[in-house]
Amino acid sequence: MSAKDSLVAKEKQEVSAQAEQTKPGRVFTPEVDIYEKEHEIVLLADMPGVSAEGLSIHLEDSVLTITGDAEHPENPGETAVLREYDTGRFYRQFTLADTIDQARIQARLKNGVMILTLPKMEKAQPRKIAVTAE
Amino acid sequence: MFAKPFANWPWGGWRVTFEEADRLRRQMDQVMRGVPREGFFTPAAGVFPLSNMTEDKDHYYVRAELPGIEPSAVEISVTGKTLSLSGERKIPTEEGGSYHRRERRAGTFSRTITLPTEIDFQKILAKAKNGVLTITLPKSEAAKPRQISITE
Repeated sequence: MSAKDSLVAKEKQEVSAQAEQTKPGRVFTPEVDIYEKEHEIVLLADMPGVSAEGLSIHLEDSVLTITGDAEHPENPGETAVLREYDTGRFYRQFTLADTIDQARIQARLKNGVMILTLPKMEKAQPRKIAVTAE
Repeated sequence: MFAKPFANWPWGGWRVTFEEADRLRRQMDQVMRGVPREGFFTPAAGVFPLSNMTEDKDHYYVRAELPGIEPSAVEISVTGKTLSLSGERKIPTEEGGSYHRRERRAGTFSRTITLPTEIDFQKILAKAKNGVLTITLPKSEAAKPRQISITE
């Protein structure tokens, strides 16, 4: 896809199949890019309005859970004139292959995008095996 | 059969029809009133970026979610009562990476929003935080609500 295409407005997708929330509010699925490199898997997720304090990343039994609470940006005295999007929580789960070095996971937030680096375990990295002929 | 609704015309037939229409209109109003205002939003424009506009006594606030866009790459301009937002979202392809998922989209955008009243051009503020752009537009003096006291 060329970078010069114009962006299309898309409503945030709400999470449907999930146990009911105890906290009121809407839950959305963030859009992600995931790519794999030789030594790591990188996950980028669009989570506008989520600050570092509101973000939680949890990896257990090879299930990665990303939760981000977006700050409500409006002051109490404001009344809506036009409302096209809603804010709430971002939530998404992924099942990872059991090869991630949990101790070295890194997460960054930049302009509302979370960049999660999941380094692969040493043993899972491809190793060239030399075959010797007798 | 066709003549039946007009059977007693002109002795009240039309009056009944008007009353009926009026009653129907009131019922429709009631149904519409039942729709919750908060959380009931229509992406009327359907143009990127989806925006929210709020107001208080002195300002309008326009907010848009622009994740992954550098604040410096967004162009904001105001002409009269029209606010324009444009820019480009760039997502570089990772060299040497194999993609499992690719849901985030890159591209250009351009949107105009019509403001309800005139604004004070000198004091417009734009701020970006965590990928959310907030533009604060002060209402012009003429557009601000004014308290009018009654004198005896």
